[in-house]
Amino acid sequence: MLVLLGCLVVPLLLVAVLSLRPSLAGPLLAGFEPTLAHYAASLGFLRLLLTSIVIAAIVAAAATALAYPIAWFLRFVAGRHAALLLLLLLIPFWTSYLLRVMAWKLMLGSEGVINSLLISSGLIDQPLAALLYNRGAVVVTLVYVWIPFAALPILAALQRVDSALHEAAGDLYARPFSQFWRVTLPLSMPGVLVAFFMVFIPTVGEYVTPLLVGGTGGAMYGNIIHDFFTRAANWPLGAAMAVVMLGATLAFALVALRLIDLRRLVAR
Amino acid sequence: MSILAGRRRRRFASLSGTYYLVLLGLLYLPLAILFIFSVNANTSVAFPLRGFTLEWYERLFDSPALLRAVGNSLIVALSSSVVATSLGTMIALLLVRFEFRARPLIAGLAVLPLIVPYVVLAVALLVLFRAADVPLSLFTVATAHVVVALPFVTLIVLARLVGLGSHLEDAAMDLGASYPATIRLVVLPLIAPAMVAAWLVAFTVSFDEVALALFLAGREQTFPVYLLGQLRFTATVPVLIAAAVLLMLVSLAIVLVAERIRRLR
Repeated sequence: MLVLLGCLVVPLLLVAVLSLRPSLAGPLLAGFEPTLAHYAASLGFLRLLLTSIVIAAIVAAAATALAYPIAWFLRFVAGRHAALLLLLLLIPFWTSYLLRVMAWKLMLGSEGVINSLLISSGLIDQPLAALLYNRGAVVVTLVYVWIPFAALPILAALQRVDSALHEAAGDLYARPFSQFWRVTLPLSMPGVLVAFFMVFIPTVGEYVTPLLVGGTGGAMYGNIIHDFFTRAANWPLGAAMAVVMLGATLAFALVALRLIDLRRLVAR
Repeated sequence: MSILAGRRRRRFASLSGTYYLVLLGLLYLPLAILFIFSVNANTSVAFPLRGFTLEWYERLFDSPALLRAVGNSLIVALSSSVVATSLGTMIALLLVRFEFRARPLIAGLAVLPLIVPYVVLAVALLVLFRAADVPLSLFTVATAHVVVALPFVTLIVLARLVGLGSHLEDAAMDLGASYPATIRLVVLPLIAPAMVAAWLVAFTVSFDEVALALFLAGREQTFPVYLLGQLRFTATVPVLIAAAVLLMLVSLAIVLVAERIRRLR
């Protein structure tokens, strides 16, 4: 507990203190005139924060939607092979994230696999540049990376759906689609919500993927914070932006807790 | 069920099976690409392929910086996962067996790292270490990894403890065992599989982690940080890919062995 207090709560408070300091000069806790100037300056990046939140929402919605059929397949179709098929899905997840993204870069880059294939087959003579280094590439990469992870809570929720309910719905002449729409989907909704927020919350603060595939136009809010702490060396402004981001994520986490009844999810 | 509905249902089923296979293919495609280019005799990573070589794997072993980075990652992952597993187990024991007023607070604190964005945590620790005059090193990276691994460990061990119930502990203590002896002789052996699983998760989280390490690593880089820095130099990319493939095979072996151990129980 002390470790968590020392390594999480205290540092977060220090960041809040730093964000009120006029500059980084001098010892951190020495007396100073508190100023809100950095928060005023951070307002200039508010648009980017909103963009990052929208990106995270798109990524989370897409990953959840694309993961749903996987979970459905594993629960209702895969039968006794389900455990093995799930393991196969998760193995790539145990390999390095950075390397998988790097592999995509190798494929999509202007000298990459897709472009060199297209050129050597004579279909195009100029490499397609639009495949990488933009916001679209960031979104696609993140969705791709999250899909297997998002399938897990949905699968857990589906496993608690009694298949007898399907038979009942079928006996009452519900077509497969309306069976799904009116019975399966509502019952698995808690899992869907968990999947959404499990992807959404970390993605808001993402900065490594934009660094790799985003180029200059694909930067997210986290990249600016990273820049202020490294290249631009304006720690107090970076700290103010970190506080703003933390506030936004905590607000979303509270919304998530409101929507998801965790106790019902754990109980069988 | 009518024949028509049965046929529709089967179409649904085969459609979802196809979808699963396509997605599986997409997930394994980058891994296949990495493997192919790790044995391709050409410095630039592009088609057409130029023939088979093991040169990159040989060059790997005379790249001291790379080997050092892998070693650093192992040190950080081993130490942080051991610390996180012991701390997380203690927190889980505390949460599940004791009633006290601060319980909800501690439970909230234990999962808080899941909600705090990595950038913010990295920045916060950076400020802390600066304020405390701690130079950046592998220790600072490991500290950050303990914090992010803690919720996973706590939740995994907690789930096992809840599943066990408390009657075995009660029985041991009714028979005169002290509380420490009960923990050592009864509880720990029972939750050992969960602790191994939690340790494995903590280890992989740390070994693969780059967002925190990028801020907190000093001159000693971990492997992901090194990789990120080297990706700009195209000449070394095939060697990096070879290193990646080797690490991939090792981690795959570890996961499969762990899965076997879990099944044996």
